[in-house]
Parts: sequence; structure tokens; C-alpha cells
Amino acid sequence: MAMTMSEKILARHAGLDAVEAGQLIICDLDLVMANDVTGPPSIKEFEKIGRPVFDANKIALVPDHFQPAKDIKSADLAKTMRDFARKNKIKYYFEQGRVGIEHVILPEFGIVAPGMLIIGADSHTCTYGAVNAFSTGVGTTDLAVGLATGKAWFKVPEAINVHLTGEKPKNICGKDVILTLIGKIGVDGALYKALEFTGEGVNELSMTDRLTISNMAIEAGAKAGVFPFDERTKFYVANRVKKPFEPIYADEDAEYCATVEINLSELKPVVALPHLPENVKPVDELGEIKINQVVIGSCTNGRLEDLSIAAGILRGRKVHPDVRCIIIPGSQEIYKEAMRCRWIEIFIDAGCVVSCPTCGPCLGGYMGILSAGERCVSTTNRNFRGRMGHVDSEVYLASPFVAAASAITGKISTPEEAIQFGIRNLEFGIKIPKSSKLIRNEEC
Amino acid sequence: MNIEGKVWRYGDNIDTDVIIPARYLNTFDPAELAKHCMVDIDETFAPNVKAGDIMVGGKNFGCGSSREHAPVAIKASGIPVVIAASFARIFYRNGINIGLPLLEIGDDVEKISADDVLKIDTDTGTIENLTTGDTFHAHPLPAFVQEIAKAGGLINYIKSKN
Repeated sequence: MAMTMSEKILARHAGLDAVEAGQLIICDLDLVMANDVTGPPSIKEFEKIGRPVFDANKIALVPDHFQPAKDIKSADLAKTMRDFARKNKIKYYFEQGRVGIEHVILPEFGIVAPGMLIIGADSHTCTYGAVNAFSTGVGTTDLAVGLATGKAWFKVPEAINVHLTGEKPKNICGKDVILTLIGKIGVDGALYKALEFTGEGVNELSMTDRLTISNMAIEAGAKAGVFPFDERTKFYVANRVKKPFEPIYADEDAEYCATVEINLSELKPVVALPHLPENVKPVDELGEIKINQVVIGSCTNGRLEDLSIAAGILRGRKVHPDVRCIIIPGSQEIYKEAMRCRWIEIFIDAGCVVSCPTCGPCLGGYMGILSAGERCVSTTNRNFRGRMGHVDSEVYLASPFVAAASAITGKISTPEEAIQFGIRNLEFGIKIPKSSKLIRNEEC
Repeated sequence: MNIEGKVWRYGDNIDTDVIIPARYLNTFDPAELAKHCMVDIDETFAPNVKAGDIMVGGKNFGCGSSREHAPVAIKASGIPVVIAASFARIFYRNGINIGLPLLEIGDDVEKISADDVLKIDTDTGTIENLTTGDTFHAHPLPAFVQEIAKAGGLINYIKSKN
């Protein structure tokens, strides 16, 4: 029977030759992941089960949401997770100073690999679909059971074929692709379903683009967003993943419940207006929307390529006097590379705040909370009411191109609009030095 | 289980950030979470909700973050069942896993208004709107999911298999 990538990964982990959409199955998990918000309640539930952890080498605990601790209660959460990790000899626990944003570091460190089945107590766990894994977000209780048994139950999802064609324009990145898709199908357009990306347009997308796209699959309600394994994936994982893995390929005659066509060459820079990620509009149709804050970072857009885009636009320019611009590298390695490339200097000279890796402002945690009536252009993933602070604040989701350009102009802008504000011609991203270890592994 | 209660009615795409905003996620004490449940869209809910009241939403209820704090906050508010046109996937799993029944009724949800009184049999999924006289039937739960619900949640279900 012909199967999708999702069906094949689930079948393999259920010990079955084949599965079909709608089937309820129990699968063996390759990795179980939680953060400092979801980990501690999971640990409490786990302890009720009364079993040891299923495999200390297949558990990742990442204190990234409210850490370095923003208050006493958050310090208590971190302590609960730290003590648990030590007691149970959890292999992938990362302390402050070594930790980064969970969905940035797990691919970067090669902990997630093609063909794997992963659950994480964080809705953006779907990010790892970019490296050809089936990976999905769960809650506290599913995670607790995963910690104890290494298993989870799944309903095999139908898959939507997102067929990508055309060449990606220079001012477009993965964020515009996924926002455009969510704008087309809506925030429940893929409810209970998987998104699977196909077509020659996949070749146009860097690993950073793919990680951004898979990351926001949940914003269309999807269970996962899976990319095919190709030369670029192979190159990306080759220098990172230290264990054997088995890539997965969709059958040519796999059945999809729907197909959505996206021609990359037709894409324009877009933003998602408050208060839903489906309220997507091209930036050049917006008129003047003044802003107070810009955030560039997060598990969606906190990678080296994202920072190179921001540095390319901010170099030789100044953040608008009425705007605070907060830049958050997704990992310590990204921070270091950005420093070596002198982008951190560019950011600070432009008048930006540069933070240590954290989820911080994305979920209204800390490090950039909005006051009543304030507007933020953010490269993060959600613009729900009150998401980044006061219930009467507004979040506009955008690419690093649009976010950096808007920081300069003080209003939501295309990168082209930022040209007049600087001494240099507009550059779409700074070329990342070939000597950079991180990027050497990302370009082929 | 039979339930009779008054309706708190909300719209489409009620996300977990409004069910329990992230600024309250530094605790997972159910009673503390209940104090802030729905605060960003309905400040009247937490102070006025009564045990046995019923929450009704539109489509894609519980979308967004995977925080189980959201169904926990609703359950700890005294809400014994949530009805919606459809539920977001992670919220649905979380509700089942903590023993909070969730009933999906599609477009019939339009026939339920704020302050209506509903009588619900969660075993059969039958919902009577005592205010309007309408009767609806929720989509039945898969047998495996019913087993988890009957055990009172996934932890109890797993323990029973120990």
C-alpha cells in the first residue's frame, strides 16, 4: 500500500508493515523532550506512575522558556527539572550557558535525525519535520507517560501535500512561505492532519527556511510538517548526527487528502496581523502602521541565517528613535558565530538590545513584554491576544527581512523601504563567512 | 456521567494563551491557575464560574501552545465538560489525558448561547439544551480513548496496566 512520509515513520515505530490514516496505534519513541514550563508538571505526573525513566539517553530537558530564571517560581521550576535530570542521568540536559532554544539546539546538536519519531511537551516540537522526522507536540501527561514507557498513542493523520514550485525571490524566506500557507488554509486548515512538503521548490529552501516552515505547522493546526530527505538534509545532518539513521521517502503514489500549490516566485513579504496567524497580508498593502518594538529571534527565526538577514539590513543604519529592537540568538553557538562575524557589533551600533538565548518575549515571559496599546513586529510564531504582554498590545508576525526593515523605519516595512535610511545600498543579508562552522554544515 | 449546568459561551479559535496566559505559567497548582482562567478575554469568568457550569466554544478550541495548564485551569474552575464545534489536536489529547470530557458537535454549537442550561450524558454524548429544547449528539469517542476517559485519565490508565 502506498504511504506518505508520516505513515511510513509511524508504521515503522509501531512495528507494522503499513498503516493508514485514521488508524489508532501505539508507537515506540526515539526522543522525548520537555522544557522548564512543561517539564516540571510532567515530572510530577511521571512520579505517580512509579516506574524508572524508559531510557535516559532518549530524553531531552531544555530550560529555555523562563531561564535564566525570571522570578522565584521560575527558579523553582528550573530546579525541579535540574534535580530530576541529575538523579536520572538524563543525557540531553543543558544548563544555562550551554543551553539554547530547544528547537534551535536539538537540530543544531544533531540530537534529532531523519526518520525519527519524537514527542515534545511544546507545541513547536513539529520543527524537526524539517530534518525528515515525524515530530509532534503533546501535553504534560502524554510526556509523563513517554518518560516512563517510551511509548505514545497516535491516530495516523491524513496528509496535506504542500506542493512547492518556482524560485524563491531574494527578499523572501521560510517565514513568508509558512505565513502565506497559513493565510491560505487558516489556523485550523490542517487540524488533525500532517503537512508534507513536495515539489522542486523544496530545493530552493535552506535548512533554516525549512526549520521555520515546519516550526509553524502547528499554527495551521497540523500534527507535523515533514520535509523530504534530499542532498541538503543529507549535508546538514552529516556533520551533526553521530548515530545511524534511516531517512524516509513518500511513495510516489501516496494518497493525500488535499494539495495546496505554492509558487515561491510569486511570494511577497507578508505579515500576520493581530490576533491570529491566518490574518496574512502583503506588507506593501498595509499602509502606515507605526510600531514600538521589534523582536528578532525565537525557535522560528533565531538561527544564524536569520541573524545574517537582520545584520545585512541593519548594517550602517539606526533603529528608529521610537522603536526598541531586541535580538535573541537561538543558541550559544549562533551567538558566538554572530559575534565572530561582527554582527553583534552591527546590532549594538544600530541601537539594538542583544539577549542571551531564551524564548523570553515570544510567549510574554520576559525580556520584552509589551505595554497596553503597544505594537510589536516579531519574527516569532504567535500573535494571539495578550501573547507578548498586555491584553491590548498587538503582535505582527514577520520575517527577519521585514522585522529588521521595520526597526529602521519605525513602521511595518518591506526591506526595500529601509534603503533610504542608511549610508549603504540595501543588501539582502550578509554573506556568512565560509569558515563559519555552523553554516558550512548548512550550505551545499 | 450526567451533568446539568449553565453555559459560558466563547467563539472560534480560543487559544491556550487566553485560557491561561503565559505570565501565570510559573506555577502548575490547579487552584492558582483557575484564578486566572480566561482572564484576557473574560474577566467575569473566574470570579463567577460555579462548579458544574459548562464551557462552550466554536471551532479549533484550545489552539496554540501545548500547555496542559489550559485544560487543568478549566477543570479546576469546576467545569466538568467542554463542548466545541472542533478542538485543536493537542488540547484534545490533553483534555482526554487529564479526564476532562470534550464533546465535539460541529455546527450544532451555533444552537447554544450564553447562559443556556444544558443537560449532558457524557457516556452517550447526548446534549439537551433545556433552554431551547434542542437535542444534539456529539461525535463518539474512539473505544481506546473511551477506555482512557473511564480510567479517569492516562496516568490511571497506564497504572492499571502496570
